[in-house]
Amino acid sequence: MKTNLNIKNRVAIVGAGLTLFRRRMLDTPKELAWGAVKMALESAGLDIKDVEAVVIGSAPDAFDGVHMKGEYLSDGSGGIGKPTMRVYVGGGTGVFTPIAGWWHVASGLFDVVIAVAEEKMSPAQPHPQYVFKHIWDPIIERPLGLNLIWIFAMEMHRYMYRYNIKKEDVALVSVKNKANALDHPAAQAAGKITVDDVLKSEILVWPVQRLDISPVSDGAAAIVMVSEKIARRLTDSPVWVEGVGWALDSTHWTNRDLSYPKYLEVAARMAYKMANIENPRKEIDVAEVYDPFDYKELHHMEGLMLARKGEAPILTKEGITQRDGDLPINPSGGLLGVGNPIAAAGLMKVAEIFWQLRYEAGKRQVKKPVYTGLAQAWGDLMQVGTVIIMRGG
Amino acid sequence: MFEAASRAYADAGIDDPRKTVDAFVTCEEDFWSGISIFDEFTPDQLGGVYKPVYTITSDGLIGLASAYMKIRTGLFDIVVVEAHSKASEIITLNDIINFAYDPIYNRPLNLNPYFLAGLEATKYLHKIGGSRYHLSLIVEKNKTNALKNPLASYASKITTEDVNKLKPIIEPLNPLDIAQPIDVSIVVVLARSDIAKKFTDRIVWIDGIGWATENPSIENRDWGNAAYARIAANMAYKLADIKNPAREFDMAIVDDKISYKELEHIEALRLTGGKNVLRLLEDGEFNIKGSLPVNPHGGELGVGWALEASGLVAVLEGVYQLRNEAVGRQISAKKIVIQSWRGIPTTTGAVAVLTIDN
Repeated sequence: MKTNLNIKNRVAIVGAGLTLFRRRMLDTPKELAWGAVKMALESAGLDIKDVEAVVIGSAPDAFDGVHMKGEYLSDGSGGIGKPTMRVYVGGGTGVFTPIAGWWHVASGLFDVVIAVAEEKMSPAQPHPQYVFKHIWDPIIERPLGLNLIWIFAMEMHRYMYRYNIKKEDVALVSVKNKANALDHPAAQAAGKITVDDVLKSEILVWPVQRLDISPVSDGAAAIVMVSEKIARRLTDSPVWVEGVGWALDSTHWTNRDLSYPKYLEVAARMAYKMANIENPRKEIDVAEVYDPFDYKELHHMEGLMLARKGEAPILTKEGITQRDGDLPINPSGGLLGVGNPIAAAGLMKVAEIFWQLRYEAGKRQVKKPVYTGLAQAWGDLMQVGTVIIMRGG
Repeated sequence: MFEAASRAYADAGIDDPRKTVDAFVTCEEDFWSGISIFDEFTPDQLGGVYKPVYTITSDGLIGLASAYMKIRTGLFDIVVVEAHSKASEIITLNDIINFAYDPIYNRPLNLNPYFLAGLEATKYLHKIGGSRYHLSLIVEKNKTNALKNPLASYASKITTEDVNKLKPIIEPLNPLDIAQPIDVSIVVVLARSDIAKKFTDRIVWIDGIGWATENPSIENRDWGNAAYARIAANMAYKLADIKNPAREFDMAIVDDKISYKELEHIEALRLTGGKNVLRLLEDGEFNIKGSLPVNPHGGELGVGWALEASGLVAVLEGVYQLRNEAVGRQISAKKIVIQSWRGIPTTTGAVAVLTIDN
């Protein structure tokens, strides 16, 4: 990846906000977005009038059932009368939204930008999974009537087979994340469960079982991103965006090796280069890794080069990825514990790293000192990786 | 997409975009494409596999703004912008547009979605003292201009009398006041200034760009004023150091998805210099040989409505004009303004100032 590192303007995050993550929220999508934006602005000590531009992230329009969802969300996102833009890379959108916020500020055009992500999945009938019937190639794949869980089951199977990973080792991720989420005030699916609970839960598509997978959720998240001069004025503890990276693999998912997310490695290398990180395993202190399924946390740790190929289950088993471990992964509780309103879930991860780096995560604060954190999301046809690296002030 | 991208790369002198291009932007809405998560289907045909590729759910000119910002960061040298329309595959276009209305307050009315345009056109014509005749003048001008544009699908040798004869579908608008859909893909290659100079000596510069959303609520927006275009123009003019827009541009391409919008946008872009926009129209000042040619390519009324590629249709014409390649409709232009609007029911639009060196 050729990158030009002559970046002119530093960008800081100075506030974050989150709604509850729940199924069947009564709030409209606009109200959810505003709830998160209002909290983020208040935490930054800013008012909506201070905001110069708005970046909206939301995944398929079909969830909320609105065409041009960015337009629909623009008032709830604080975008009235402002440059407002919705960005979109499927499930990777949540981490991509602050990446777009980063370039709004880093371009020198704006000093104060809101990045907000919203998803309201539960109105989709008869079940949100039906929205995914329309993500396939309309000629080759859609007529098969595919379900999204089917292809992730294929990927999980391939990953487990390639590295000889046992289901009980994968299940440890679900146990860890749901337990972490017990300390998250917005969490939807927190719980004290055991590996046995996961292994005995309903089989959806083998090897995916009910407790391997994150729930259907509604929710929103927002952060405030500012230029260096504004950051210095507002706070003594800005969190700097030091690296961004993303990459898309080919549409033709059937032609790639599902055991390793190469596209994520490409995205991570872009972000690491920008952040001047040579050894991510040593230099990343805490990470929020995308975990819509338990195996994905492991898969993504390897793609991010936080573990060698096939090593992530071993690190998990040894407790390295626990909050008090050497490499805490998903101290928030992740998508498995906090919930998965798709785009909002990714931005929730960025918010968690923001709070961790400011030592404001309360009971969720990881034990080790933290200076550099990473958040990552994933989406499309098992195809896109989005990565952001942040450092404390 | 592949065909348009291949032509753009050839035009820019890019041999292998997989090595040369740093990022790719595509512009599309899921509901237009009939695919959930449309951006899955973008990287291969652009040369973007394993590259930073993303979609903005907006017009191509806002995609251009997104690419412009990325280059300004210093992280990216060359960024490609793609937008397209495959409107011919949409069986129920008006029903899709209706899904953009507020699902609680507006959509249950189940009206022809152009009711909003009819109401706003009525208010705007009342405000400026215009009439049906003025709308017909715009239709006549743009469809006639389009006769000289080989890319135009709705060119016609038509008169104001022909237009006036048609029955309105939404008072005061008749079918010729509303741009009809086309299929198209347009790809634009952007580069940092020093890099661009290595590729070509016919560089079209983006001197300024701006975009804005006014208010999605149809009950609370500023009707008949195109505030979104005004805000976007202010941003673009500030970047381009435009002090007197009425005098500084050699031509303008403004959104005319619905005929009255051309006048509304001309006013919002402050192109009248305080003169009455209706008199300027009547006097032919917006014709190809007028003092400020507007939509010499035929606008969307003549070329067609390219969905999210509308803004890039304007960019394409701007590039042809500035590079002296607009055969048959060429205007001597060194500095132009282009503007786009996302169509009903939105209040989102963008403005760009494009120039070419002498």
